[in-house]
Amino acid sequence: MSVASDQFKGDATRVSKDEMQRALIHRGLKKYEAARSIRQAAFQDWEAARQTAAEIKWDAVNHLDDYLAEFADKIEANGAKVHWASNSQQAREIILGIIREKKARSIIKSKVMTGEEIHLNECLEKEGFDVVESDLGEYIVQLREEAPYHFVFPAMHLARGEISELFTKELGTAPTENVEELTMIARRVMREKYLSADVGISGGNFAVAETGMISITENEGNARLTCALPKVHISLMGIEKVLPKMRDLALFLPMLATAGAGQALTGYNSFYGGPKSGDECDGPEEFHVVLLDNRRTELLADSEQRDSLGCIRCGACLNVCPIYRNVGGHTYGTTYQGPIGSVITPHLRGLQDWKHLSNASSLCGACTQTCPVKINLHEHLLQNRRNASEEKPVWWEKMAFKGFEFVMNRPFLYRIGSKIARLVFPLHELVKASPIDPAREWTKTRELPPLAGQSFREYWSKRS
Amino acid sequence: MSEREQIFGRIREALRNPAPVPGAHHGESLPPVTEASAAPHIPEWLPLVGDSEAERLELFKKNSIELKADFRLLDSEEEVHAQIAELSADWKRVATHRNPLTDLVCDRIDLPILCTDGGYDAAEMEECDVGISACDALIAQTGSVLVTSTSAGGRSLSVLPPHHIVVARRDQLLSDLPSAFALLEERYAPDYPSFISFITGPSRTGDIERILVLGAHGPKVLTILCW
Ligand code: SF4
Repeated sequence: MSVASDQFKGDATRVSKDEMQRALIHRGLKKYEAARSIRQAAFQDWEAARQTAAEIKWDAVNHLDDYLAEFADKIEANGAKVHWASNSQQAREIILGIIREKKARSIIKSKVMTGEEIHLNECLEKEGFDVVESDLGEYIVQLREEAPYHFVFPAMHLARGEISELFTKELGTAPTENVEELTMIARRVMREKYLSADVGISGGNFAVAETGMISITENEGNARLTCALPKVHISLMGIEKVLPKMRDLALFLPMLATAGAGQALTGYNSFYGGPKSGDECDGPEEFHVVLLDNRRTELLADSEQRDSLGCIRCGACLNVCPIYRNVGGHTYGTTYQGPIGSVITPHLRGLQDWKHLSNASSLCGACTQTCPVKINLHEHLLQNRRNASEEKPVWWEKMAFKGFEFVMNRPFLYRIGSKIARLVFPLHELVKASPIDPAREWTKTRELPPLAGQSFREYWSKRS
Repeated sequence: MSEREQIFGRIREALRNPAPVPGAHHGESLPPVTEASAAPHIPEWLPLVGDSEAERLELFKKNSIELKADFRLLDSEEEVHAQIAELSADWKRVATHRNPLTDLVCDRIDLPILCTDGGYDAAEMEECDVGISACDALIAQTGSVLVTSTSAGGRSLSVLPPHHIVVARRDQLLSDLPSAFALLEERYAPDYPSFISFITGPSRTGDIERILVLGAHGPKVLTILCW
């Protein structure tokens, strides 16, 4: 059993008993569900749109070499500098290198999940830089020194009272239960930061090969300010984010908004194709794009699960997942939570350490059904289970199946076995759910169905 | 070997195994549709927009209400001036850029004006009460305003001041997103501005208890004057 799986079990048990947290999550997700169903119904043909989105992503991912090269060459021709990082360490070094060379002190960030993946904040803070998350939810979890709870709604596990307390403690502001006032506190803090920051770091939702642009989707305007005011803009993204054509965004942007938050279109969808050009009046002097592999190519090599690289990180699969809803985001202990996190984390961070996530599923298939790009999520969870046991069989499971096979191939043994089982079954009542019950894992929370009084064979032979 | 080459090496190696086409569950086979053949159909799948100008205007209006954007459909330049006179009552300072439409509006404003053309000081812009900009297009389908660094006075004008006013002519109203992308291509390809944005309503957040708050970091008010 890995450390991660112990942590998962412990946290899952704790959170599923935490009524407050669960109520908050359920209330938030109810709102999401209502808004999403209206938006999805407004599409003339959501299913056709989904199929096409899946096909465009299939084309992009299955010709990643061509599109990635096209993207990099185009955006460099527009004056950006492209950097390549095979792993987290290289990505951190590249970013640190740029910041040091610019003699920058203060850094403003807009949401970048890839940054969480490479632990960028910790690294920059350790080096003594002043780093601030500008997205409201990310700022709140940064102040609490915890990871985002949900990769789209990072602070959805916190009630306004807790946020007010946090601001009072960290910023010295007066306590308030007013959500608007809380938001304005963060706005005021951030305003100064935008103007004084030397470097802005952003993520990217899509990388358009045809035109050499990155596309950033957000509601607050913090990413726009991050990419407009500081002299240097660094964008960190995974290599799988490419889209072939700019016009593909006409489909992906409304689908991302609909699946992600039940919006027709997110507040700001902005495309950045380079630094400030000669005839423009503002924008950064330098634009760096850092493209990260970090074992994405290993996932790419698994042709069965390759489609999971087409994920647009809308978060819909988390929102509908009965497991996510009950164990919460932090329990996963991963950068990407929920079904998509359970599928890709074993590829990105090691199958044996993260295979337990494949069992955190009821296999209901709600994730697959909701996914706007048709990733076969619940089947991938099964494939991960299979791969994990093929790679490293569990001895007692193997023994159990050997034993099962042995008995099943010998009818007389099976007959004797089922007779004995019927004789001793009533005795089970005596030990049920106690520490010596061999079926305790099951019986401590559930009833064991009773054995039928006679076997089918006995029933059949007596029938006439 | 450079890092770039190494990454490309791994990608090419990985892609040697073909992957099943999307939507094919349990080994069922589906004919792959190519992107080129799908593009013309996208408008048929996205939310419906009417054919006439009146329907487009109606939809833009409806979307603006939902988005809490302040859309004002006007009939003459005189009305535009009257609206600006009303809006500007407690402004102290205005930011804008040079463009026939913004010139028309700003000519009658008797306040200090910061013009972004040729560069400006961001701290000064932050002090302005309002940013007035033109745009490339309005999009009925989503209630969006399409701006670029070329058409709307740079990257900050439409996001830094607490109030953003967009001035547009009626013939700038497009029906849907695919036509907005077609316009971008026609107007700018292959030398796109370094910044393009679809602005859909005022800045917003739902990060605290999923409760909507306007003016998270960008403008709290988005006014669209269209005539
Ligand atoms: S797997 Fe699908 S549903 Fe889940 S986040 Fe990615 S795109 Fe959205």
